[in-house]
Amino acid sequence: MSVLKINGQSYTIDADENMPLLWAIRDIVGLTGTKYGCGVAQCGACVVHLDGEAVRSCVTKVSRAQGKQITTIEGLSKNNDHPVQQAWQEIDVPQCGYCHSGQIMSAAVLLRENPNPSDQDIDNAMAGNICRCGTYPRIRNAIKIAAEIQRKATKS
Amino acid sequence: MKNKEINKNVILKKITVSLTVVLLMGALTAFSYNTKLTSANNYIRVPDATQKKKDSVASVKAFAKVYSVLMSPRCMNCHPKGDVPLQGEDSHLHTMQPKRGKDGKGLYAMKCANCHQPENSPGLHAPPGNPNWHLPPSDMKMVFEGRTAHQLAKQLIDPKQNGHKDMKKLIEHADDGLVLAGWKPAEGYALPPISHAEFKKAWITWLENGAYAPKP
Repeated sequence: MSVLKINGQSYTIDADENMPLLWAIRDIVGLTGTKYGCGVAQCGACVVHLDGEAVRSCVTKVSRAQGKQITTIEGLSKNNDHPVQQAWQEIDVPQCGYCHSGQIMSAAVLLRENPNPSDQDIDNAMAGNICRCGTYPRIRNAIKIAAEIQRKATKS
Repeated sequence: MKNKEINKNVILKKITVSLTVVLLMGALTAFSYNTKLTSANNYIRVPDATQKKKDSVASVKAFAKVYSVLMSPRCMNCHPKGDVPLQGEDSHLHTMQPKRGKDGKGLYAMKCANCHQPENSPGLHAPPGNPNWHLPPSDMKMVFEGRTAHQLAKQLIDPKQNGHKDMKKLIEHADDGLVLAGWKPAEGYALPPISHAEFKKAWITWLENGAYAPKP
């Protein structure tokens, strides 16, 4: 049995420790906001936070995640109001939406570590998150809006 | 009598001055000779590697084996000249363009360990892994890519360019976890050209025989 702490809640799961974390999150715990894309850490659709880092859950084993804080898109904020989520909604970033939980989770790490990212910073952070609809310009704009939202929230 | 003593003193002074001049010239000549030797010599030696008898031929010969390993994709791919790691047998730029970052562990959502697990991920061309997966840090890039054997040999024994390693640490580095990881590649990746045991032997032979750099 393995114990996973996901979004502040402990889940005891009966799973092989070599199981990809993504499988456990989606198929056992039932949190399906995190998506399966490629299965080999190439696309970024499965990004979750593991102790705050944007890991790819399709290649992260359950054994690595034990004892750590796992945050999925469902737990990024209480009311879907993380600055990145607000910005995403403000300019309707997604088209098909499949990759966007991963996009948002990656962008959240960027903004935590760099509250005022340049275009280059955004490229450096987001180049591993693939969007086949090609929403990259809106992703870039939304990250800048999110940075602004975050700055205003910090000031007030 | 007095004149004789004065003459004696003058002669002694002249001899002293002459001897001083000769000694000074000798010292200067010796110094310039050494300088010429150093500048003309393309070989360099680890300063503290003086205990054993040196064999420059054996040292350079061993380094050829060392160099063949260090320039193989398993080693060179994480010692790029730029800030993006290399990938694959042809050492192309890593897809997604992850960047070195200050500590060599990546940036923001693109940190090495976000994809590279503590162990190789299963599957053809899945991310290789190691608990300490990273590039050299930005203030000590330890570039292999593009270096000639001469350049790399000199770089490897320069503490200002090798991560502040002395002779002892250099020898120990043959068994570093990331060095060993080169011989445990993920599926679909080639091994370095010689075994780790051969590499280690060549590495130590090169160092203990004076760490001579091949001619440019």
